[in-house]
Amino acid sequence: MSTFDNPFDPDRNLRVGCVCGQHRSAAEHAQAAALRCEPVESEEKRYEGVVASAVMRAVFPQDGARRAFLKSVGASTALAALSQFFPLKTATEVFADTGTPEKKDLKVGFIPITCATPIIMAAPLGFYAKHGLNVDVVKTAGWAVIRDKTINKEYDAAHMLAPMPIAISLGLGANAIPFAVPAIENINGQGIVLATKHKDKRDPKDWKGLKFAIPFDYSMHNYLLRYYLAEAGLDPDTDVQLRSVPPPEMVANLRADNIDGFLAPDNICQRAIYDGVGFMHLLSKEIWDGHPCCSFAASREFITTAPNSFAALTRAIVDATNYASKAENRKQIAEAIAPANYINAPVTVLEQVLTGTYADGLGGVKTDAKRVDFDPFPWQSFAVWMLTQMKRWGQIKGDVDYKAIAEQVYLATDTRKLMTEMGLVPPESSYKSFAVMGRTFDPAKPEDYLASFKIRKAS
Amino acid sequence: MTSSLRVRAGLVSVALLIAFLGIWHLATRSTAPVATMSPEYAKLMGLTATQGKSAMPGPLDVGAKLWEHLKRPFYDNGPNDKGLGIQLAYSIARVGTGYLLAVLVAIPLGFLIGMSPLLSKALDPFIQVLKPISPLAWMPLALYTIKDSSISAIFVIFICSIWPMLLNTVFGVASVRKEWINVARTLEVGTVRRAFTVILPAAAPTILTGMRISIGIAWLVIVAAEMLVGGTGIGYFVWNEWNNLSITNVIIAILLIGIVGMLLDQILARFTRLVTFPE
Repeated sequence: MSTFDNPFDPDRNLRVGCVCGQHRSAAEHAQAAALRCEPVESEEKRYEGVVASAVMRAVFPQDGARRAFLKSVGASTALAALSQFFPLKTATEVFADTGTPEKKDLKVGFIPITCATPIIMAAPLGFYAKHGLNVDVVKTAGWAVIRDKTINKEYDAAHMLAPMPIAISLGLGANAIPFAVPAIENINGQGIVLATKHKDKRDPKDWKGLKFAIPFDYSMHNYLLRYYLAEAGLDPDTDVQLRSVPPPEMVANLRADNIDGFLAPDNICQRAIYDGVGFMHLLSKEIWDGHPCCSFAASREFITTAPNSFAALTRAIVDATNYASKAENRKQIAEAIAPANYINAPVTVLEQVLTGTYADGLGGVKTDAKRVDFDPFPWQSFAVWMLTQMKRWGQIKGDVDYKAIAEQVYLATDTRKLMTEMGLVPPESSYKSFAVMGRTFDPAKPEDYLASFKIRKAS
Repeated sequence: MTSSLRVRAGLVSVALLIAFLGIWHLATRSTAPVATMSPEYAKLMGLTATQGKSAMPGPLDVGAKLWEHLKRPFYDNGPNDKGLGIQLAYSIARVGTGYLLAVLVAIPLGFLIGMSPLLSKALDPFIQVLKPISPLAWMPLALYTIKDSSISAIFVIFICSIWPMLLNTVFGVASVRKEWINVARTLEVGTVRRAFTVILPAAAPTILTGMRISIGIAWLVIVAAEMLVGGTGIGYFVWNEWNNLSITNVIIAILLIGIVGMLLDQILARFTRLVTFPE
């Protein structure tokens, strides 16, 4: 169930209450929705709907009375009657203007890869401006630098690998500083690329002794590659060599034969193919469909000192992510983020990544519309999974309070509230179960999950 | 005789350049199209893969791109994309600031150390340990403590350019000829006046040599520092183009870094000539 599914889809599975969480039953939700008279189209409409239903609830505090009223006169008459004596338009404007940002000029750091698409495109396509912010998106040289610059407050918020805010909050590889993730940037969108000379070595069991590059130790890339290798019976610590290499250098290293392959973010994968040095062995989607990759992160300090700026930023990012999740917008986005000021890559490469019609490096053209996708909801179960892998590979030791850390860093509750205010439909729960290479992960039992792995670092 | 030598040297230089460009051009010519591939696949691939174009650009590619940059050196397309002129200005400003700070510290300090044999001996081990540290090794420490990347870059320039100046100043001051100091003493010249009228002019050539070595090192380091810190500067430009695997732009940047480095060195060389005296 994606956040951006149509709430009016009759086939949608509705559980307890209603889909948006504002009403006690699905029927009531439908009635409130009917007040909007037509399907939600624009942001204003969404806000109008939220305001109108709030007013309805205020006018008829008793549920039965409201339903009776709506039933007897019909939704459109109710709306007309309501607007007669209540200035719905003004109320909507007041509602949409949620607190002036304490700080309007913000700096947001990013790494030039397609994972950062929502953060980057929000600048040229005007999403930051729409939410009353003046944001400079600043390109940064590497993950360690982006971490340090965000900790130093040179950046107000930044693009980080999804496990990084957890690692920073836990004090792994840096001083412990509480960080939070209000939105996931992208899901899927990574890949395992091998040098062309390995084109007959498609079985990972034959990969003993190969050298692989990953972008950073605290990355989904590291955990996914280790997972993939371990499922094939290889111990990633002893049977292969894993090196932390900045993404742009991966292609050059692959060409120079210093590494045999990498699990890297796109556009790097596609760039290696474009330059004829490697081929796509596997999309990360085939390891775990819907895995998170990068996140939008800010320090707790920024959130408490400038809550309105933070909320506006999150709204802009969620808005941009929503826009990026629609396939028809992807071509335009590719053109907007390709120039030297942003990702600085050939438009063809970005288009192949974003539209999902790509050359595989072996002479074929493949299509997978979900090669990369965008969904902002920060599932806390994602954080729990990352913690199990951190523990599995010895990055953290001892007892881990999975739930507490996940809830502290991944702000599912706040994002849900914000998305509801924006008229979007966030999921009701913050935990979901998913399968990674066929192995089901239950976020309620992380220790059992961890114990089920044969290959792990001896602690 | 000398003028004919200069002409001949110039001719050899030009011949070498032409030979170099010629070999470069021949070595990077594209070969025939490699494998046959379906047109829709070829459309998604780069020129290297489809036409066997060398990954290394030829001199003509670089020349055309260079002309493009020189035509508009000061454009500004936002925080991550500025013209080469602006990038160079940022780098020179950083080097200038760090270097001037180093001059302000190194020369007075070197003077004091040089005039006192005791201090000179006492501080020697520290200087010897600090001197060979690669300036970039200071970078993480600077970022962590200063908490500001642009000041960190300036600090790295400062710390790398201070040692040659300090050591040369100490050496220059300490090795002023004893006779001259004795003459000054006989004439009952005060310490301060002696420092400025006797020691400073005598030690100036050595001090300036130290300054010349320092500016060279500072310019070497700024490129690496900016690649790490990013944002602006010629080092950032190299990194950004490397990110896009645009070797053409990297070569242009290398050329410009060389030219600016040479100019900085020449300026200091001119100053050195001004203060040199015949013995």
